[in-house]
Amino acid sequence: MITKRIIPCLDVKDGRVVKGIQFVELRDAGDPVELAKVYDEQGADELVFLDISASHEGRKTMVEVVQDVASQLAIPFTVGGGINSLEDMKRILRAGADKVSLNTAAIVNPELITKGADYFGTQCIVIAIDAKWDETLGSWRVYTHGGRQATDWEVIEWAQEVVKRGAGEILLTSMDRDGEKRGFDLSLTKAVSEAVTVPVIASGGAGEAKHFFEAFVEGKADAALAASIFHYKETSVSEVKNSLKAQGVNMR
Amino acid sequence: MIGIVDYGMGNLFSVSKALERIGIPYVISESPEELSQTKGLILPGVGSFKDAMALLKEKKLDEFLYDYVDSGRPLLGICLGMQLLFQESEENGLTEGLSLLKGRVKRIPADGGDKVKVPHMGWNNLAFHQESPVLYGTEEGFVYFVHSYYVAEMDKEALLASTVYSVEIPAVVGRGNIFGMQFHPEKSGRVGMQLLTNFTKAMEQSEAI
Repeated sequence: MITKRIIPCLDVKDGRVVKGIQFVELRDAGDPVELAKVYDEQGADELVFLDISASHEGRKTMVEVVQDVASQLAIPFTVGGGINSLEDMKRILRAGADKVSLNTAAIVNPELITKGADYFGTQCIVIAIDAKWDETLGSWRVYTHGGRQATDWEVIEWAQEVVKRGAGEILLTSMDRDGEKRGFDLSLTKAVSEAVTVPVIASGGAGEAKHFFEAFVEGKADAALAASIFHYKETSVSEVKNSLKAQGVNMR
Repeated sequence: MIGIVDYGMGNLFSVSKALERIGIPYVISESPEELSQTKGLILPGVGSFKDAMALLKEKKLDEFLYDYVDSGRPLLGICLGMQLLFQESEENGLTEGLSLLKGRVKRIPADGGDKVKVPHMGWNNLAFHQESPVLYGTEEGFVYFVHSYYVAEMDKEALLASTVYSVEIPAVVGRGNIFGMQFHPEKSGRVGMQLLTNFTKAMEQSEAI
């Protein structure tokens, strides 16, 4: 039986992991490869690297990071951030990433989803959706530009649209829950997961192991992503997975 | 030396890096001349069956693969590369495959036994069907799958390991010197690395060249 996946997410700026990482045993806590190895040893099922570099040089450095990760680890990983063209996708995938994640670029140019899926296969194309509850809409609205800009898209409609265009997976972040550590937005996750035919990764709000259980069981997520609770060692991937296993969730 | 067939459809980098980790020299090439110097071949592949077959034919790699297999040296197809070994696929219209193994490639039914998401993406566990050198020393552990199509109607004699996702999905296949893995051994942690190592050992033991 296929397992649910636990995915740590690393923010990378100019080739270094940012957002205070507390792995004191590491030689270099800012090195993406070192951190990736720690998570691999803990049993992470996949990794996501989010490139938050603002400069062209920073983006070039990301390609080197991707090569290093790919040459040292035998688990799949996704790279997002700053991918705006087929050329950008090629650069990252040829460097050894398994998937690319598109967010703002997919909204601005939905044709990019189709082009990427045709060229690399749908399994390579992850669409990241930043969702925020909207009273007037009576549903969740899609935001872009790191959550700064509202779009006209309702989340479920956009999710179905990207799947139609060739997305192989959806990385769904709840802006309402992000950083709150109160748990994933289960109604959002469930609504999207039931509306599409591709796997959904729940993101935003993980604070403890039981939140993952809820995301999988109530939220019907296929995978769950978290950053700070792993980075700050509030829990570890292995702890979360052991707790899920004990509750009968299928884990690797 | 192992050859990785570069016909424009694959994540060659991660396969080659995996070989580096287990210390096996390799060459990545689309040239039959260069590839014929090797002791074993890996046929990777990501993307659509139809495009892949068209490219193999365009580069005359289909003929080369038949000769290579006839020489007794081992061939390993990974993911789409495994599917190409079979007779035909229904992906984007019926397309003839290499027909090195008997079986047809079909879309994973989203509502076979259980309702499932397609692509089949993630870690799933292997069940072994028979002994084979490629499975040697491996547990029936988890490996990483990413695919929407699977091999149906294959010969039971060639089925080495399977997994279950809505239907029974052939995961490791093999007959004589022809092998296939539906998942990505290069992305499948320790189990995957063991399987790749086993294939390279089979290669070293092959008599030819």
